[in-house]
Amino acid sequence: MFEFKLPSLGADMDEGTLLEWRVQSGDAVHKGQVVAVVDTAKAAIDIEIWQDGTVLALQVQAGEKVPVGTVLATLLAPGEQAGAALASDTPRPVAGLAPLSRPPQEPAPSPASAAGEATTPVPQSATPVVPGTQARVRISPAARLKAQTLGLDVGSLRGSGPDGAITLADVERASAAQPNPSSAPATPAAATAPATDRQTEIRRAIASAMSRSKREIPHYYLLETIPMARAQQWLAQANEGRPITTRLLMAALQLKAVALALQRFPELNGFYSDGQFNPAKAAHLGVAISLRQGGLIAPALHNVDQLPLDTLMPALADLVKRTRAGSLRQSEMADASITVTNLGDQGVEAVIGVIHPPQVAIVGFGRVAARPWVDAAGGLCVVPTVTASLAADHRVSDGHRGGLFLAELRELLQQPQDL
Amino acid sequence: MTRTTYREALRTAHREALLADPRVFIMGEDVGRYGGSYAVTMGLLAEFGEARVRDTPLSELGFVGAGVGAALGGMRPIVEIMTVNFSLLALDPIVNTAATLRHMSGGQFSVPLVVRMATGAGRQLAAQHSHSLENWYAHVPGIRVLAPATVADARGMLAPALADPDPVVIFEHALLYNLEEDLPDDWQCDISHAAVRRAGTQLSLITYGGSLPKTMQAAEALASEGIDVEVIDLRVLRPLDMDTIAASLRKTHRAVIVDEGWKSGSLAAEVMARLMEHCFYDLDAPVARVCSEEVPIPYARHMEEAALPQVPKIVATVKAVLNV
Repeated sequence: MFEFKLPSLGADMDEGTLLEWRVQSGDAVHKGQVVAVVDTAKAAIDIEIWQDGTVLALQVQAGEKVPVGTVLATLLAPGEQAGAALASDTPRPVAGLAPLSRPPQEPAPSPASAAGEATTPVPQSATPVVPGTQARVRISPAARLKAQTLGLDVGSLRGSGPDGAITLADVERASAAQPNPSSAPATPAAATAPATDRQTEIRRAIASAMSRSKREIPHYYLLETIPMARAQQWLAQANEGRPITTRLLMAALQLKAVALALQRFPELNGFYSDGQFNPAKAAHLGVAISLRQGGLIAPALHNVDQLPLDTLMPALADLVKRTRAGSLRQSEMADASITVTNLGDQGVEAVIGVIHPPQVAIVGFGRVAARPWVDAAGGLCVVPTVTASLAADHRVSDGHRGGLFLAELRELLQQPQDL
Repeated sequence: MTRTTYREALRTAHREALLADPRVFIMGEDVGRYGGSYAVTMGLLAEFGEARVRDTPLSELGFVGAGVGAALGGMRPIVEIMTVNFSLLALDPIVNTAATLRHMSGGQFSVPLVVRMATGAGRQLAAQHSHSLENWYAHVPGIRVLAPATVADARGMLAPALADPDPVVIFEHALLYNLEEDLPDDWQCDISHAAVRRAGTQLSLITYGGSLPKTMQAAEALASEGIDVEVIDLRVLRPLDMDTIAASLRKTHRAVIVDEGWKSGSLAAEVMARLMEHCFYDLDAPVARVCSEEVPIPYARHMEEAALPQVPKIVATVKAVLNV
C-alpha cells in the first residue's frame, strides 16, 4: 500500500483545499493521471499521481482544507491485496499549518509519563524519523500565528524553547531583525479568508515568496543590450502567410534562446534548498504571466530546449490561457527551475527581476525598440534592440558566469533560424 | 483588617449564618459536642442549641440524604462531612438527588443545600483520609463546587453558597485550617469567579485549594530568580471561570497547572483541555502540570511528601516550560 499526499505546488504553498476527486475508491489509476483538483492560494490545480495503483480509500473529502503532506488517499500497489494492506494501515497524520522543512523530532513514549511523572512537561527524548517521512516544524501555536501574521517563513527560524521549539520570542526577534517588517502584508484575516478571495490570497502568496527572496537570496544583477534586427526579420518571414492564430511571437524566440543558453550554464537552472544547490535535470521555464484581476503566476513550460518553435508557441498560448482561467496542472505549478519575465509589451525599457525561491535566477526582457547602435565598423545606426537582464543567486553563481550566459543568449538570438 | 485563621474565619461565617437566618442549621459527625473534626463548629452547640447544631450517626448516606430532604422542605442545611473520602458514601444523595431534582421536576423543586468537607493530604492520615476528589464533584452538572483557599474566601464564601438556590459543595483543604492571614475589611466575595492572586507576565500558574500556598511560595522563589509568573486561584471548580484564565493566558502565553488530584481525569486535565479549546493560538509552550503521583497517598511522611505537589517540583516545571 502507498499513500498519496498533497504535494507542494510551489515554495509558497502551505495548504490546499480539495475541490474535487476525479477518482473513487476501487478505481485503477495510472502514472500521470489527474486524480484530484486542489485549490491553492493561486489557482485550482489538477493533481496528478505518479504511481500506478488502485484507490483503496479517499482520506480527505471535497471541501476540506489540509496542509501540504496530508495523506489524501491510500492506494494499493499493482498486485497487492486489500486485506494485507489494511493490516498495516496507518492513521492519518495530524493536520498542521506550516511548511514541513525541519528535521523531524517525534516524541518517544516515556515510561516515566505512564507512571504520572509530574515534573516533565514535555517528552525529553527524541528519535530520528525514517527519511522520507515529513516533519512538522516544532513551533508553538502562538508563534506560528505570529509568524503567519508577519509573513515570516517559520522553516528558517531557530527555536529557543523546550526541545528547540520556536517560541513567540524567536519570531519577534526574527521579525525585528528584518529590515522592513512593514512590507509583509499578510494578516490573520487574509490567512483565514475563504479561497474565493483569490486576489488576497495571491497577493499574500506573492508577498511571502518575494519577501523570502529578498530576505534570503543575495541577488546580483547584469544587463545586456541585444540587437534584435535578425530576429525581427526572421520572425516577419516566418509569420508571412501564417494565419494569425499560428503566428510566432518574439516571446517564444526569447524563451527558446534562454532554454538553449542554460544548457551551458546549469548553475542558473535549478533550486537552492537546505544550504545547497540542486541543478534541474531539464529546462522547465517559469513564464511570468500577469492575471487580469492583478497579481501574477509563473507556471512552468516544460522542456523548452526540446520544443520546436511551432510546438512551443501553441504550448505558450495554451499556458497563458489556462493560467488566466485558473486551471493549471500540478507539474506546471511546481516544476519551474528558472523564471523568464517579459514586460516588453508594457513598454518598459528593462526589467530586473526578483528571483522566485527556491529558484536561483530570473531572466528579464524589456521592450524591443529601435535605438541608436554602433555597428561593428564603428558607424552609428538605428537598429531594434532589447535589454535582457539576469538576476541570479550569488550563493550559486557569480557575475562572470552570469555575464557569459547573457553573451550566449545574445549570440543565440542572432541565429534565429537555429532556435 | 484583622489577623485571623482560616478555621476562625469559617466559624465566624457559620455563626453569622445561624444568626442571620433561622432556617440555617448545621449537621454532621461530631459537629456538636466535639466541635467538629477540624474544630470549625467549636462552641456553636452551646450558643445555638441542639436543634441548630446536630450531631449525626456515622452514616454519610443517611445524614446527607436528610440534608437533601430538609432543603426540599424549606430549610437551609449546612452538612459537614469529615473528608471527601467519606463523602463517597453520600454520592447518591448528592449526585443522584440534590444535583438532579431541579431538572427532573421541571424547575418545581430546588435543593438549597450546602455540603462542606475536608480534602487533601499532608497530615499522615494515609490513603483513606488524604485524597483530593474535587474533580468527582466538579464533573457533575447541577451543583456548584467551591474551593476557598484564603482566609477571606473562608470567611466570605458561605453566605453566597447559602443564598444559592441550588446545591453547593465546599472543599476545605485540611492543611488550610491553621492558615493565618490578614482578613481584609472587604472580605465579601462572589462564588463565580477565579482570582488573580499574583500578577505576572511570563507564565500562568493555575491552582486551587490547598495547593495555592505552595504555588505562591513557588512564585516567590521564581521571582527571586527573575522569573515573573502569575498565579490564578480557580476558587470555583464548577463552573470554571474561563474568562479569567484565558485573559491570563493571552498575557503570559504559558501555563502550568498545580492540582493535588491525580493527573488522570483531573481538574488539571479539564483546565488543559479548555486551554486548547479557548487559547490554542495564544499558547507558546505545551501546558504542563504538577499533580500527585498516581498512587494511593502513602502514610510514611517522606513518601507522602514525595507523592504530593511541592514547591521544588512547581519551580522545576515552570523552568522546563520556559526552557531556562
